[in-house]
Amino acid sequence: MSEFKVHQRDGEGVSVIDLKGYLDAHTAPDLENAFQKLIDEKKFNIVVNCKDLSYISSAGLGVFMAYIEDVRKNQGDIKLTNMSAKVYNVFDLLGFPILYEIYKDEQEAVGKFAARK
Amino acid sequence: MAKTLTKTIQSRTDNLLEVREFVMHAARRFGFSEEESSKIVLAVDEACTNVIKHAYQNAPDRSIQIDITHDRETFQVSVIDEGKSFNPNSAKMPDLKQHLSTFRRGGLGVYLMRTLMDKVEYNYSPGKRNEVRLIKYLTPSNSAARG
Repeated sequence: MSEFKVHQRDGEGVSVIDLKGYLDAHTAPDLENAFQKLIDEKKFNIVVNCKDLSYISSAGLGVFMAYIEDVRKNQGDIKLTNMSAKVYNVFDLLGFPILYEIYKDEQEAVGKFAARK
Repeated sequence: MAKTLTKTIQSRTDNLLEVREFVMHAARRFGFSEEESSKIVLAVDEACTNVIKHAYQNAPDRSIQIDITHDRETFQVSVIDEGKSFNPNSAKMPDLKQHLSTFRRGGLGVYLMRTLMDKVEYNYSPGKRNEVRLIKYLTPSNSAARG
């Protein structure tokens, strides 16, 4: 059983990353690789769907912080969606809702990118 | 304090999952709600991650001891290592609103530990033994048997 999975789906002008399982210091490099791949492919409109994310520690939160500047510098954004209350609480404790757009569902976040065009 | 449970792991991040399960089980048995137990689990994960990354600087073969002790209302998890000393109390508390964007990775864990627990104590003898004590008190509002 793998404890963490990252899956990328590319839509029209927006890439969605699905996270599943436990995001900690052990699995954070998998998410780093996913963000790095998107940046290399010049895909800067990113939605991270956290529906199946069961756990996040600061090592995981650090990954979002490491890439947000690069992405925004390229007129993109990382928007987060579908978080469980437990995962949202950790983001909230660290003040992430000030820095990141967090939406209840994926379509809403994708729509924000479309509306910007 | 009486009642000690102990687990020793090697200093690798793939052991964090096992630590979290160990702490979750003990916190739930002690009487904390699932939400409160999750906070303790996260704080212990952060402490162990700091040991692996900072005290042992990612050396994979050192040991980390996790001791859980409790009395009637106090639940304490000690994370013990023999690596480089690091005093989280000396780490500056970040001003979240103003400095979030300039956060550097690593400082988040210490901040979380202090926010999630009632008390964080640190004891160290450089090069010999470092101990982080994460303490949470059982109260009517955070116990599983609420109301």
